[in-house]
Amino acid sequence: MDRYFEAIDRFSTQMTRAIIQYRWLVLIAVVVMTMGIGTGMSRLEFASNYRTFFSDENPELAAFENLQATYTKNDNILFVLEPAEETAFTNNTLAAVEALTAEAWKIPYAIRVDSISNFQYTKAIEDDLIVEDLIIDAKDLTREELQSRREISLAEPLLANQLVTPTGTVTAINVVLQYPEKSLSEVPDAVNAARLLRDRISSEFPGIDISLTGVSMLNNSFSEVGMIDAGTLTPLMFLVILVMTWLILRSLAGTISVLLVILFSSIVGMGIAGFFAIKLTPISMSATTVILTLAVADSIHILISLRSLLREGLSKVDAIAEAVRLNFMPVTITSVTTVVGFLALNFSDSPPFWHLGNITATGIAAAWLFSLTLLPALMSLLPVRVKKIHGREWSHIAMTRLADLVIANYRKLLVGICLVVVAFIACIPMMTFNDQWVEYFDERVEFRTDSDKALKHFGMYPIEYSVPALNPGGVSEPEYLENLEKFVDYLRTRPEVIHVYSISDIMKRLNKNMHGDDQAFYHIPKNRELSAQYLLLYELSLPYGLDLNDRINVDKSATRVTAMLRKVTTAETKTFLTDTKQWMAESWPEYMQAQPTSAQVMFTYITDRNIHNMISGTLVAIVAIALIMILALRSVRLGLLSMIPNGLPLLMTFGAWAVLIGEVGFSVATVASISLGIIVDDTVHFLSKFVRARNENGFSVEDSIRYAFRNVGMAILVNTIILIVGFLVLTTSAFKMNVDMGLMTILSILFALVLDFLFLPALLLVMEKKRVITEDVQPVAEPS
Amino acid sequence: MTQLQIFGATVLSVVSLLGALPAFSQTPEEKGFDVAARSDRSDRGFGDSEAEMTMVLRNAAGQESSRSMYFSTLEIPDESVGDKSLVLFSTPKDIEGTALLSHAKILDPDDQWLYLPALKRVKRISSKNKSGPFVGSEFAFEDFTASELNKFSYKYLREEPCGDLQCDVVERYPRYENSGYTKQISWVDTTEYQIRKIEFYDRRDSLLKELVFEDYRKYDDKFWRAHRLSMKNLQTNKSTDLVYGEYKFGVGLTDNDFVKGRLSRLR
Repeated sequence: MDRYFEAIDRFSTQMTRAIIQYRWLVLIAVVVMTMGIGTGMSRLEFASNYRTFFSDENPELAAFENLQATYTKNDNILFVLEPAEETAFTNNTLAAVEALTAEAWKIPYAIRVDSISNFQYTKAIEDDLIVEDLIIDAKDLTREELQSRREISLAEPLLANQLVTPTGTVTAINVVLQYPEKSLSEVPDAVNAARLLRDRISSEFPGIDISLTGVSMLNNSFSEVGMIDAGTLTPLMFLVILVMTWLILRSLAGTISVLLVILFSSIVGMGIAGFFAIKLTPISMSATTVILTLAVADSIHILISLRSLLREGLSKVDAIAEAVRLNFMPVTITSVTTVVGFLALNFSDSPPFWHLGNITATGIAAAWLFSLTLLPALMSLLPVRVKKIHGREWSHIAMTRLADLVIANYRKLLVGICLVVVAFIACIPMMTFNDQWVEYFDERVEFRTDSDKALKHFGMYPIEYSVPALNPGGVSEPEYLENLEKFVDYLRTRPEVIHVYSISDIMKRLNKNMHGDDQAFYHIPKNRELSAQYLLLYELSLPYGLDLNDRINVDKSATRVTAMLRKVTTAETKTFLTDTKQWMAESWPEYMQAQPTSAQVMFTYITDRNIHNMISGTLVAIVAIALIMILALRSVRLGLLSMIPNGLPLLMTFGAWAVLIGEVGFSVATVASISLGIIVDDTVHFLSKFVRARNENGFSVEDSIRYAFRNVGMAILVNTIILIVGFLVLTTSAFKMNVDMGLMTILSILFALVLDFLFLPALLLVMEKKRVITEDVQPVAEPS
Repeated sequence: MTQLQIFGATVLSVVSLLGALPAFSQTPEEKGFDVAARSDRSDRGFGDSEAEMTMVLRNAAGQESSRSMYFSTLEIPDESVGDKSLVLFSTPKDIEGTALLSHAKILDPDDQWLYLPALKRVKRISSKNKSGPFVGSEFAFEDFTASELNKFSYKYLREEPCGDLQCDVVERYPRYENSGYTKQISWVDTTEYQIRKIEFYDRRDSLLKELVFEDYRKYDDKFWRAHRLSMKNLQTNKSTDLVYGEYKFGVGLTDNDFVKGRLSRLR
C-alpha cells in the first residue's frame, strides 16, 4: 500500500522537476503537437442531414431508405402561403402560387413540385380525357373561375388539407428534392435558393406571408443551429472561465495558464475529430463546451494546492512539484473515470453521441496531459506572487464545522436522505418521452418559427406505408384497391391524421372521368384490366416530374400510402402505429401487411432503442468506474461503497426531472453515463483523502472525515460551481437536446454534491464503525 | 490601270471574298441545323416500319420490370408535319391490346388516342404534356418523336471522338413550349450520320438523363436503326432499356392504318 503510493509520488515529483528543468522544450513540444493535431479542425464540416442521428444498423432507417429507393426520395421544402385576405383564391395569391410553382423547379436538386396550380386536373368531355393544370394564368381568372377552382381544390382528396386548408385560406407548395449526396453544400445551396425565391415572391406579391419548412429546412437547421451555438456558446464559455478562474485563483499567471490548458485541450479534441472526418452536429459541437468545463477542473485543483503551498513558504519549484504530487492521483483517476463515462456514449444508437463521447474523451485526456506538463512549465515561467496569510482560512473553518455537523447528525441524515432519494426514485415513472424534431430548435432558428406557423395549417409528420399486392401488376386488382380504400377511410377517421395520399383516390376519379364524369362511377373499377389501362392512360397524360413513380413501384406490385399526421407527440405516434398495425392485421389479407416507415417513425423508436443501448452502456461504465475506484483506493469495500453516492444522483436527477419538467427526448439516455463520469470525481477526491487519513495517519473514522472535508471540501465545492456554470452555459444552446443535457447534468452534479457532503460521511460512519466493532472486541474510543 | 480602276478591282475582289466566306464560316446555329438535317435526311424515304420492342425498367433499388409492345411508324414526307405512330401493347397481360395512336405535331400538342380493351372504347387524350414518363419508364413520349427536325433549334458545339467514331456534338433546344427540357446535347457520328448519344437537361439546366444508342443495324443498305436504347436518369438513378427486334420496312401501311377507327380492330 505504502509502496504503491510512494512509487507514484516519486514518479510525479521527478517528472515535474524534469518538466520545470526543460520547460522551454516542454512548451515547444506541447505547442507543436497541439498545432499539428489542430490542423485537423480544418477538415471539420457540419452534417446536413437528420439521418446522421441514426446509425447504419438502425432498422427503421434501413426500412426508410428502402422505401425511398423503391419510390422517390423524401427530402422536401414546403412553402406555406398565408395571404392577408380571408381566402387564398384571389388573382394575386394564385398568381403568386403559379409563379412560385414554376420557379421552384429551378431550386437545385428539385425533382418534383406540387401545388394547387400545377395539380393535374382531369375531366371528361364525351370521349376526350382532358388533363391540364388546375390553375393557368391566374391573373386573368374571373370571379366564377376562381370560385370553381376553389371548389375543385377543396373537394379533391389529394389537395384538401395537404396543399390547401379546408377553408381555402392557406395554401402550400411542396418541392421534392433528390440530392446526389456528394457534397455537404448541396442542402445549403437548395435552401438558399428557396429563401431567395421566397424573398422574390414576397416582394412581387405583397400581402402574402410565406413560411419555409420541410425536411431540407430541418437538415439545414442542424448546421445553422451549430453556427449559432459556435458563435455564442464557445465565447461565453471562455469568458465565464476567465472570470471564474480569476475569482478563484486571484492570479494572472494562473488564469493565463488555465486558459491555455483548456484551449489546447479543446483544439486537440476537435482536431482529432477532424482527422477522423467526424461530421459536426449540434450534439458533437457541444463537446467544446463540455471539454472547456471539465478541463478546467484538473488545473484548478493543482493551482489551489500550489497557492497554499506557496503561502506555507515553499520555494516556487518545490511548491509546483509538491502540488503536482498531491494531485497526481486524484487528477488521473477523475480523468480516467470521466473518459470512461464519455466513452460509454459509444453504446448509444445515435452517432452524434458517439462523436460527443469520443471528442470529449480525447479532450479530457489532453487536459490531463496538459495539466501535468504544460501547466507546471508555464507556472514556473510566469511570475507568481502570493500574499502570506497567517492563521487558518475561513474555508477551513467552514468545512470543519460542516464535518462536525454531519458527524453529529449522521443517523438523521442517513434516514432523511434515504427518504428523499426514495421519493425522487418513485417519481421516475412520471417521466414521458417525446422527440418532436421541430422542437429541437428554439425560436432563434428560423426553421422553428416557420414550422410552428406551418403546423397550424398542415401536417408535417408523415407516416409512409409501402403496401404490397399479390403479384406484379397486382396493384390494379379490385380486392387490393378496395382494401386500400378501406384503409384510407379508416385513417381519415383518426383524429391525428390530417391527410392521406393513396392511389385509390386517383383510381376512383379516373373511373368517374372514364364514364363521362358520372359521380355514380366514383368507386374502384370492378376489374383488374380496367384499372391497369386507366393507369396507363393517366400516366401518358402527366407532365414531367408529376408522374406516379413516387406512388407505384416499378413492376406495379406495391403502392405507397402516406398518412400525414398533425403535431403529435412520440406517445401519440406510438398509439397510432399500434392501432394501424392492429387494423391491418384484422382487416387485410396476409400479403398486404405493411410496415410503417418515415423520419417520424425513426424518431419514435430511437428513444426506446437509445435507452435500451444506454442502459448497457451505463452499466458497463458503472462497473468500470467501480473497478477503477477499487484499484485507486486499494479497497474493494470502499470501491463498492462509492457506487452508492455515484449512482443515486442519477436516479434522483431522473426523478426530479419527472417532477419539474416531465418530458424528455432521447438524449436523456446519454445523460446518465456523462454525469456518472463527472460526479464520480467528488467521490474520488473525498474517499482518497479519507483513505490517506485512515491508512497513512491512522486517524479515526471521524477524524478522517474531518481531514477529508478540510482538505478537499473546498475544492469539491469550487469544482461543482465551475461545472454548474459550465453546463449552465450549455443550456443557452439553441438546440434543445443540449439544453436538456446541460440541465440534467447540473441536477446530477448538485445531487452528487449533497450526497458526497451529507450522505457519504454518514455511510462511512455506519460501515466503518461496524467493521471496527466486528474486528476488535473493544470499540475504539471516539476522539472528541 | 488608273488608280481608280485598281481601287475598283480591289473592292470587287474583297466583296467577292466576303460573299464566299459564309460558306466556310457558317454560324454555329446553321452548322448545328445542317448536322441534324443530314442525320434526318439519311433516314428519308423509309416509308413505313414495324418492330417489336421490349422495355426494361429498373429503379434505384435495382428492381426490374418489363413491358413489350409493337411499334409501327408511317413516314410523312412533309417536314412541317410529324410522323404517325402506333403502339400496341402485348405485355403485361393487364394492358394487352391497349393501343396508342399518335399524330405528331411540330409545335402543337400531338394528337393522341388510346384504345382501352377493358372499356372497349377509344379515348382521346387532351394534354399538352408529352414530357411525363412513358408507361412509367425513363422515356418521355417526346423522346420517341425527337427525330423530327423542326422540333428544335440547333447550335453546333464541336467535333470529338465517340467510341470508334468521330462525332459532331450539337446542342438543340426544344421549340415546343411544354417540353420538359431546356436543352439536349446530341452526338451524331460523321460517318453514317446517326445519333449515338443524347444528354437531356431539365428546367434548371442541369443534366437529367443520358440516352445511349447501341447495336445499330443497316436495313435495305440505307436505313440505320439502333436496337438498344439505354436511358439513365442521373438524378434518381432509375433506368430504362429499350430493346428492339428486327425492323420490317415497306409493310404496306397507309394513312388508313393510322386512324382512330382502326384501334379497336388491331388484335
